[in-house]
Amino acid sequence: MTDLAIAIPPAPRPAHHTGRLIGWALLCLVLAWAWRGADMRPLDLFRDSGNMAQFAGDFFPPNFRDWRIYLSEMIVTVQIALWGTVLAVVCAVPLGVLSSANIVPAWVYQPVRRVMDACRAINEMVFAMLFIVAVGLGPFAGVLALWVHTTGILAKLFSEAVEAIDPRPVEGIRSTGASPLEEVIYGVIPQVLPLWISYSLYRFESNVRSASVVGMVGAGGIGVVLYEIIRGFQYADTCAVMIMIVVTVSLIDLISARIRKGLI
Amino acid sequence: MAIALEIRQLSKTFTPGQKALDNVNLRVDEGEMVVLLGASGSGKSTLLRHIAGFVCGDAGSGSVKVLDRYVQRDGKLARDVRALRTQIGFVFQQFNLVGRLPLTTNVLTGMLHRVPPWRSVFKWFTRDERQRCMAALAQVGIDKYAAQRASTLSGGQQQRAAIARTLVQEARLILADEPIASLDPAAARKVMDTLARINRELGTTVIVSLHQVDIAMRYCQRVVALHQGRVVYDGTPARLTPALLHDIYGPLATELIAHGAPEAQAAPQPALAH
Ligand SMILES: Nc1ncnc2c1ncn2[C@@H]1O[C@H](COP(=O)(O)OP(=O)(O)O)[C@@H](O)[C@H]1O
Ligand SMILES: [Mg+2]
Repeated sequence: MTDLAIAIPPAPRPAHHTGRLIGWALLCLVLAWAWRGADMRPLDLFRDSGNMAQFAGDFFPPNFRDWRIYLSEMIVTVQIALWGTVLAVVCAVPLGVLSSANIVPAWVYQPVRRVMDACRAINEMVFAMLFIVAVGLGPFAGVLALWVHTTGILAKLFSEAVEAIDPRPVEGIRSTGASPLEEVIYGVIPQVLPLWISYSLYRFESNVRSASVVGMVGAGGIGVVLYEIIRGFQYADTCAVMIMIVVTVSLIDLISARIRKGLI
Repeated sequence: MAIALEIRQLSKTFTPGQKALDNVNLRVDEGEMVVLLGASGSGKSTLLRHIAGFVCGDAGSGSVKVLDRYVQRDGKLARDVRALRTQIGFVFQQFNLVGRLPLTTNVLTGMLHRVPPWRSVFKWFTRDERQRCMAALAQVGIDKYAAQRASTLSGGQQQRAAIARTLVQEARLILADEPIASLDPAAARKVMDTLARINRELGTTVIVSLHQVDIAMRYCQRVVALHQGRVVYDGTPARLTPALLHDIYGPLATELIAHGAPEAQAAPQPALAH
């Protein structure tokens, strides 16, 4: 604060300072206000530390007695994620192009973007509960929920890639008298394809995680099992299921990271 | 002779008070090869982009007609500008190929207007179409790289692929915007030779913008010189002496004259059988 303090005009500094103080004070107020609502009881963690230790102890050793059921439900979860992602990719390709400002006029991309915002804003759990009402309990509701939510996410990511392309090759295609659709297919998509594939694989990883959660509201897969055994206080079984989820998700992460690396 | 290009009173203002094109009038007959000469910033690219219908002139200003059809009039593009573009091949300074696509696909995009949409969507081309593409690549001498991605080729090879695209397009007018500005002298000569050969053997009208007067002299009978968006000279290159260039361009003239010319004559090349 030697050279710099001289360079800064003295007058605005106090104002700046008080502004900052007010900011911190406001933050503290908001945190205090939220403390009540969130029912924060950190002392309980220490007071009940004996209980906690026993609770944690109940998880071990994990009980793999029903591993066949867990495995088949885990596979269902991956299948839900797969279909949810594939349907989303298929929809996100046109919707992503239609929400790119460098491809379509504002009266097209603005409404499309708003719809995609809505798909993204609402969590897949909420969609799952809605679709269970519509199509009944089971994996299909999970697929639909992931589909809608992931379409919203991928359309945005896809359109960001499209908006960052080099416009010159597209003009090259245009110069031949090609149609707008051909401009996109020959000029735009080859440029964004590696990025699109990488985003899709990444969403597939996330969807395997999400699919194990949407199950908890009844939309099929390992989540259903998890919900039941937690409610039945079968912690050793819960531990086994959690281990299987971690292993599956890690495996899929590894495989898709490999594929993505090969593509870029 | 039929008229390939007719421009009337075309003006373009990007920034108010500064005309990029200033009342341009130009007529080019079919079969001509014309050099559009000018220092950088003189409006060459802008003029060519107006001819291809990428940009519109100022509202209420002039018109551009290619092969007797309007590309634009009074600052509005013609409705059928895409159909008209199929007749106009464009060669860009930066090649503008799609780097990740193989040369063949890049060249095949030249015939998209003749391929039914249900096939073009799936990049499905017939044997004949692929054969035509290979013939064009052979005509410009790069058929052995057909399967390679465009981005893996040198600038000169990419530029010749761009010319091959105009061949399969069967363009009747080729606009080349500084096609050799990013190339070394040997590659530049090949590209200019190819353009000259297409003009001579297929009778395609070629308008090529350059900023080197010596190259213009070597390849063309007619030079149209631009300065600050105005046509300041239209005639044979021989009369475009350094003295005249200095009169027109002032200190900018050095940019047009000082360039090292690609020496030696062209090696024999395959004939342009059609
Ligand atoms: N898209 C544009 N926006 C604003 N100004 C432009 C644009 N394109 C060209 N210009 C201006 O028009 C003039 C002519 O440019 P250009 O046609 O590129 O010249 P050349 O191709 O002869 O070098 C320049 O002053 C340039 O700054
Ligand atoms: Mg230019």
